[in-house]
Amino acid sequence: MTDTTIKATHPVLIFWIIAGWVGFCLLPWFMVEDGIWSFVWLVDGYPFDEDHAPAAFLIGQGEKLWLAPLLVPLALPLLILGKPKSDPQYARILILAGALGFGWLITQGFSIGIRGFNFDWMKALFGEPKIRQFGMGYGAMICATAFLFLLTQGIAARGSINGDVFVVSAIGGVITIVTVFVFFPIAKMLFAAFVTEDGAYSVSVFASKFFDDRLWGLGCFAGAKCGAAWNSLFLAVLVGFITTVLGLCFALVVTRSGFRFKRGMRALTVLPIITPPFVIGLALILLFGLSGSVTRFVAEIFGVQPTRWLYGMPGVLIAQTLAFTPIAFLVLIGVVEGVSPSMEEAAQTLRANRWQTFKTVSLPLMRPGLANAFLLGFIESMADFGNPLVLGGNFDVLSTEIFFAIVGAQYDQGRAAVLAMVLLFFTLSAFYAQRAWLGKKSYTTVSGKGDAGVHPLMPRGLAIPVLGIAVAWAVFTAVVYGMIIYGSIVELWGVDNSLTFKHYVTAFSVRFEEEGIRWTGAAWDSFWTTITIAGIAAPLTAAVGLVTAYLLTRQSFAGKNAFEFGTMLSFAIPGTVIGVSYILAFNVPPIEITGTGVILVVSFIFRNMPVGVRAGIASMSQLDKSLDESSLTLGANSWQTFRRVILPLLRPAILAALVYSFVRAMTAISAVIFLVSAEYDMATSYIIGRVENNDYGLAIAYSTTLIFVMLAAVGMLQILVGRVQIGRRTQLGAEKTT
Amino acid sequence: MKNLTTTLAGSLIAFAASLSAAQAEKLTFYCSAQEDWCQLMARSFEDATGIDVNMTRKSSGETFAQIRAESSNPKGDVWWGGTGDPHLQAAEEGLTMEYVSPMRDQLHDWAISQAESAGNKTIGIYSGALGYGYNSDLLAANSLPEPACWKDLLKPEYKGHVQMANPNSSGTAYTTLASMVQIFGEDDGFKFMKGLHSNINQYTKSGSAPIKAAGRGENTIGIVFMHDAVKQAVSGFPVKVVAPCEGTGYEIGSMSIIDGARNEEEAKKFYDWALSPEAQNLALEVNAFQVPSNKNAETSESAPDMSQIKLIDYDFKKYGSSDERKRLLQKWDEEVSVLPQ
Repeated sequence: MTDTTIKATHPVLIFWIIAGWVGFCLLPWFMVEDGIWSFVWLVDGYPFDEDHAPAAFLIGQGEKLWLAPLLVPLALPLLILGKPKSDPQYARILILAGALGFGWLITQGFSIGIRGFNFDWMKALFGEPKIRQFGMGYGAMICATAFLFLLTQGIAARGSINGDVFVVSAIGGVITIVTVFVFFPIAKMLFAAFVTEDGAYSVSVFASKFFDDRLWGLGCFAGAKCGAAWNSLFLAVLVGFITTVLGLCFALVVTRSGFRFKRGMRALTVLPIITPPFVIGLALILLFGLSGSVTRFVAEIFGVQPTRWLYGMPGVLIAQTLAFTPIAFLVLIGVVEGVSPSMEEAAQTLRANRWQTFKTVSLPLMRPGLANAFLLGFIESMADFGNPLVLGGNFDVLSTEIFFAIVGAQYDQGRAAVLAMVLLFFTLSAFYAQRAWLGKKSYTTVSGKGDAGVHPLMPRGLAIPVLGIAVAWAVFTAVVYGMIIYGSIVELWGVDNSLTFKHYVTAFSVRFEEEGIRWTGAAWDSFWTTITIAGIAAPLTAAVGLVTAYLLTRQSFAGKNAFEFGTMLSFAIPGTVIGVSYILAFNVPPIEITGTGVILVVSFIFRNMPVGVRAGIASMSQLDKSLDESSLTLGANSWQTFRRVILPLLRPAILAALVYSFVRAMTAISAVIFLVSAEYDMATSYIIGRVENNDYGLAIAYSTTLIFVMLAAVGMLQILVGRVQIGRRTQLGAEKTT
Repeated sequence: MKNLTTTLAGSLIAFAASLSAAQAEKLTFYCSAQEDWCQLMARSFEDATGIDVNMTRKSSGETFAQIRAESSNPKGDVWWGGTGDPHLQAAEEGLTMEYVSPMRDQLHDWAISQAESAGNKTIGIYSGALGYGYNSDLLAANSLPEPACWKDLLKPEYKGHVQMANPNSSGTAYTTLASMVQIFGEDDGFKFMKGLHSNINQYTKSGSAPIKAAGRGENTIGIVFMHDAVKQAVSGFPVKVVAPCEGTGYEIGSMSIIDGARNEEEAKKFYDWALSPEAQNLALEVNAFQVPSNKNAETSESAPDMSQIKLIDYDFKKYGSSDERKRLLQKWDEEVSVLPQ
């Protein structure tokens, strides 16, 4: 290579060409059995041993010859070294090489599996030679990435999106990973619903599983049981309604009453984020179960026969209402505050009394918020797994039925897939309704104009019941959480109520020895795994979320709406569905990651990505576009602008996304329970195991510890973000005055 | 520069040597017993032999499905624990390997007959009899009589006090169903299940959940394997264990070596070790009160005495077959589960 070619060719292009060759010639092509971080392969027959050989060595030995065609797209980009970007050949060859390479990689990956050809028509066409391959390893992954970015650079060179390599690559990258880790597993799951026991496809299998009485039966009107689908739907509607009403009560008390402990009530909003999924259920059992304290107390005083009323619909309803009311509160507080006081003042000036004002002005303006809160409660209830698991009794709901279809003695993946489809249909409908209905109408009353009014207080007739309900519910919530702490320090609940710290000792004991600290507690293993996995997932989630948010707010490209819908979709996919679909999609080549830590990280990234996207969109839309423009005018490219201008201004959003995805990863259970393995056990699945073993003390002690760990994380965020924002506010204030 | 290269190369070789020494022997161990027992077995085997154990715990149904899926490229070596049916099924499908252990003459007859019925492709490692347990405090509080037989559970005063697992989702509950059919005959067996249905307060998903609920005082009587009930009693809960007077069915926890195992020698070592009294005594450390298959292994004082229990001649071949299983479950679904309670 001469000096001129180096100057002319973009270093990023050179980087990806080299990466492609390294992936092909130097790194093991297939998944290394001992795990991603194990480098045993380096000494175990590398580079000739078939298990860890790079593709080039395999072909050299006459093995896996279907990888050989990849040499063509790897070699093609070498032709354009030294050619200027403007040369039409440049774009054409890059696109050709990228598309060919990526396409061939995927085609061969899906066509040839552990047992030779995966498709019957290929067997018919080529016979059944003795060929097989395992999941893709580093080599294949890096090669695939290289092809992808060669393709995006080619597209950029053709002039798409102003020829901006960074933006095109970012779009290509996000689309690819969302397709691989969201759409592909879901599609795979949809297919699994049609598979018969001997592996053929049949519609009648689907029909027999779909029109099952256990799913759609209406026996509950005749004294027997109803199907899981109706149960889930009915429960979700009730939970959505009740949480919205309670959330509204709280929001009204906080914004429109003279109640003294408003600030304390605001603290409620943080609870659902930091509560491990089933502790509320456990606390309810300890209070209202057949041998619960309240049940016993009532039985003694009134001489009533204790019953098992808690197990079933009532228990799940109470637990979910406790868990999700704060979410409705969080949504509605913004809405209730957002209703313009000037409108209410106008109504009052027109001689409406407080009650009329509330009914005809304030309430209608809150309508979208109420609908939003209802739908959120609906989706959360549908997806909830922990509470029905602990309190469900004979009341079957979809999320737990999915779990038992896969882990129980039935082991029926097809049934799990069908149930997951029904659940997905419900949540997606709600998600779609929320976007279609609320997205278009504008109820905004917050405008740039000064709006210095004061919200009127609630009418008295309303204030008293609202305050009563809110205070009663807040006290109830406090009692339940108090119970959680108390439950962690009694010997054996219900049998021996003496106080002890032994559960904490069993879980978190440490011994100081000469070699250092020894983590002897039973919980440390899963605790550190959880912290590590959550710690790895959090920055990746934030990164993917922010890049996506940047594309959505700052760039315009064809198919942007579909792109947005696709990235937000995983919010509406319940965790159990993700769990099932990941098992179906990723335990066979080409991507074989079940039983590893990678699958946990990946599932967290895509479960929590919408949070990062939302945080990013919210704060990016506050940054004026002229900032980007001035940076671009001064000659920076879009990557430099993103890194030097946008990112620093987004620090609070980044922090929030980081902490939130970290905390969510710690409390997630529904997807996790399908994906954990002996080596990578997570805190929540460890706790569920303890609960199943009747070890309530340890389970609650562990949960309490998690609550405090997460509280610390959230608190730290408050301090950090608070400081950053104060810094910004003065700057913005200064800008405004000029 | 040259020096640096030599040093680097030297240390790489040393590193390599240490790595290859470390990975000399290994065993991939599929375990279908309770988690802590699996962990203990894996660690103890490592301590006893120095072989690296890579353990995966899954229910016996899942493990069976996994072994079947991997049959053309087996990844596991040995499969230990879990109820016998899927082990027998795996033997029938040729997924597991024939092996006659030198330890065999130390075993109880039931363990050997399990092996013989499967062409020596599996073997019994422990057994547990079906029965029920009750919470004595709750029984007294509700002034209920103490039950002693299966038929006692049909009495109307126990309405809403009995819990069992759903046979569709739990192997324990299926064993219950199959045992009733074998004790009372098919017609009367189903009559029994229907009578029981009206007293049941909840069909749980997992097999041992009913007795755990009884231990916590959330349920009065739970139909489970007796060793699970004993475990609750030993943990300090007021649970009494009952071996029903009519006789009862049982399970045989089994072990098999996977056909085409990559580490066959290590798998055989594990197999022999797992049949030894030392390995079977480990069960007591994790409160597993099943009866061990080695005659010389210790049994806990709290464990049910198998010689005092009337065991029926359980037909594992017939009731373990998937056709019979499907037929009984469907009949239960259609005739029992739909009745009003």
